[in-house]
Amino acid sequence: MIANAELLDILRSVKDPEIPVLDVVELGVVRDVREESGKIVVDVTPTYSGCPALGVMEEEIVEALRSNGYADVEVRKVYSPAWTTDWMSAESKAKLKAYGIAPPHVREAEPLIVLERARRALACPYCGSSNTEEKSEFGSTACKAINFCNNCHQPFDSFKSI
Amino acid sequence: MAEQQASPENVLFEYALRLGDDRLILGHRLSEWCGHGPILEEDIALANIALDLLGGATHALEVAAAAEGAGRSADDLAYFRETVEFRNLLLVELPRGDFAYTIARQFFFDAYSVHLMDALSKSKEPQLAELAAKAVKEDRYHVRHSAEWMVKLGDGTDESHARLQNAVNDLWRYTGEMFLSDPTDEAAASAGIAPAAPALKEKWNAVVDDVLARATISRPANEVFMRGGRAGRHTEHLGHLLAEMQIVARSHPGAEW
Repeated sequence: MIANAELLDILRSVKDPEIPVLDVVELGVVRDVREESGKIVVDVTPTYSGCPALGVMEEEIVEALRSNGYADVEVRKVYSPAWTTDWMSAESKAKLKAYGIAPPHVREAEPLIVLERARRALACPYCGSSNTEEKSEFGSTACKAINFCNNCHQPFDSFKSI
Repeated sequence: MAEQQASPENVLFEYALRLGDDRLILGHRLSEWCGHGPILEEDIALANIALDLLGGATHALEVAAAAEGAGRSADDLAYFRETVEFRNLLLVELPRGDFAYTIARQFFFDAYSVHLMDALSKSKEPQLAELAAKAVKEDRYHVRHSAEWMVKLGDGTDESHARLQNAVNDLWRYTGEMFLSDPTDEAAASAGIAPAAPALKEKWNAVVDDVLARATISRPANEVFMRGGRAGRHTEHLGHLLAEMQIVARSHPGAEW
């Protein structure tokens, strides 16, 4: 848990540029924020290794703190523990769904290599039907997969579980 | 060029360089498909996998740069080294070929990488352990993707089957290098910072045999393998790739946008 409520509130104003309904705290990208001898240090962790949104989020974190009077800010990258969608709260998942992205499911223990994809009947975020199919495990961003709803004939994104 | 001797001081540098270079070069090869994929979903998938590999490369080269302690950054390592200084497998530098060739190469690498990263996540070196713990999650998606295509192409039409079998036959001689031991690998293994390369072969064989069988593709019998990439002896193809990848950084050193 991050103790400094004021700093945390400032960071909550920074949204994921690719999923603007989630802020960087609820996304789990911000791991810690603290004051170290007059300087504000923010620990961030990447979602996917190559996620190009992280650089934008880092810049916006610095900007948000500066515009609230914290001139000396350092963003540090941390890698452990590795980011997981299991950190996402029920509230954040509801926001994703309302935005048109099927939220991630909680991961279960499974073997290292699973060659056949689990067929999960994801609920379509538009019409609620479970008559949907996953078209590809890779989508418009590193964190999303492509699905299609056979009921309302609408393609939709889902947040991958990782 | 003589084989590089790995001392304990530079074993982390050398090992991280291998991880970074494999992912940097393969990521670049995959990115060549961007805008040229056979179908839209696949174009997107290959670009996403390229991005994951590039992210892993950046992380590994940051570890290498810090271990070297010579003031070079990850970008310096990526853009300002010569062909003979790259430590990637020959497998990953080969031209992308047709789609079957790209998929076969990717599958051979993914099946190796997922096991390597799984083992490496238990490394005594925290920087490698955390890098691997992250990469293995992405690799699990990658190997499922390439294995699905292996089966689709191999067990598909006569044309797709023939193309995939040709690709597997051509690439096979480059797969052995993943499991060859050398002084850097031995030093890393004896220090407990990485699994010994030969130890991964059995697990790789199991998944490769399973997928080749499902894909109705014959496993080549040839067990004579090309090597040299880990020691900086590359095919003619790497220089051409680097020329394209490095030209902007070298033409405008230090440029920002």
